[in-house]
Amino acid sequence: MSMLTDPKGEAAAAVSREWPLYEVFIRARGGLDHKHVGSLHATDARMAIEHARDLYTRRQEGVSIWVARSSDIAASDPEEAEALFEPARDKVYRHPTFYDIPDEVKTL
Amino acid sequence: MSGAAVTAEPSGMAALGSTPPLCRYALRLGDLALILGQRLGEWVGHAPVLEEDLGLANIALDLIGQARLLLTYAGEVEDRGRSEDDLAFLREQGEYLNPTLVEQPNGDFGETIVRQVLIDAFQLTLYERLTSSADERIAEVAAKAVKETRYHLRYSSSWLVRLGDGTPESRARVQSSLQRLWRYTAELFEEDDLDREMAARGIAPRLAEVRSAWSACIDEILVEATLERPPDAPYSWFGKRGEHGEHLGYILTEMQYLPRAYPGARW
Repeated sequence: MSMLTDPKGEAAAAVSREWPLYEVFIRARGGLDHKHVGSLHATDARMAIEHARDLYTRRQEGVSIWVARSSDIAASDPEEAEALFEPARDKVYRHPTFYDIPDEVKTL
Repeated sequence: MSGAAVTAEPSGMAALGSTPPLCRYALRLGDLALILGQRLGEWVGHAPVLEEDLGLANIALDLIGQARLLLTYAGEVEDRGRSEDDLAFLREQGEYLNPTLVEQPNGDFGETIVRQVLIDAFQLTLYERLTSSADERIAEVAAKAVKETRYHLRYSSSWLVRLGDGTPESRARVQSSLQRLWRYTAELFEEDDLDREMAARGIAPRLAEVRSAWSACIDEILVEATLERPPDAPYSWFGKRGEHGEHLGYILTEMQYLPRAYPGARW
C-alpha cells in the first residue's frame, strides 16, 4: 500500500506475482457500449467484478460490468504502428466529408 | 462483563430507562451499523491490497449511511432535540446499544471477514423482515439497507469461501476466528422486553424467526467454505442493553475525540 507500512514494496510485489491483472469495461447506460475504464488486480473473475463495482461504479458510473484477464487480450505491437496505421493517412477519400454532396440530395 | 455480576448500572443506563422503546430499538439498529462502520474504517490505508481497502471502505460508508438514517429517526422519536451527530458522538458508553460482536477488534483480514459474514447475514435476514415493519420509517430504511447488505454478504461470504477453502494456513486462521467470534452470535437473537414489545407492535420480527433464517444462511456459507460450525455456548454479553466490554471505550475515544474537542466542528 504505502511506503510507510511496506518499505520494501513486498505487498505490491506479492500482488503482481500472485494476483492477475484484469481489464474493466463499464456500460454507462442501457443502449451504450461497454467502455474500457481501467484495470485492477483480482484472484478470479468474480472478485474482479466486485472490485470493479467498488472502484469504478461508486458514483453511479455504470449499469453493467465486463472484466477480462489482461493476458487474454491480444494487442497490436507499437513497433508496427507505422506499418499498421500510417497507410491510412493519405486516403482522405475514406472519410465521408471528402465528397461534395449535390444540392439536389435532400437527405443522406 | 457478566450481566448477573454487575450491580452498579453502567453510565448512561439510568437515562435510557425513560427513553421511548421505539427510540431504543432504532438505536440498537443504528448503533450496530455505526460501530461496525467505525471498525471497518480502521482498515482504510491498511488493507492487504488497494482493491480490498476500497471494498471495506465502501461497506463502512454504507453502514455509516444506515446509522445516519436510524439515529436521526431515534432522535426524532426521543423528541429531546438531539441530532444524529449528538447521538453518534455525544453519548456515553452505556448508552450505545450495539451487540458486542460488532465492537470486536478487526484482528487479521480473515477475522474481519468472519465477523462481517456473521453480521451481514444477521442484518440481511433482519432487514428483509423489517421491510414490512408496521413502522413506516423503519420499513423505508430497511428497504434501502437490504440492497446494500445483500452486496456486503456477497463480498464477505465469497472471501470466507476463498479463505476457508484455500490454503491450510488460511483455513486454520478463519476457523479459529470463527471459534473466537461465534460466542458473540447468541446475543443477536436473545429476545428481551424491548424485542418482544417491538414484535408485538408489528415493528420488528420475532428473533427466533430471524435466527432460523440466519442459521440456514450461515450453514450454507460454511459448507461451501469447508468450515465447521462451532457449538453454541452459554454467553454473557449484553452490548445491546448498553453493557459493554473493554473494546467499545477505545472505539468511542477515537470516534468522539474531534466532536468533543471542537464542539460543532464542520467541514
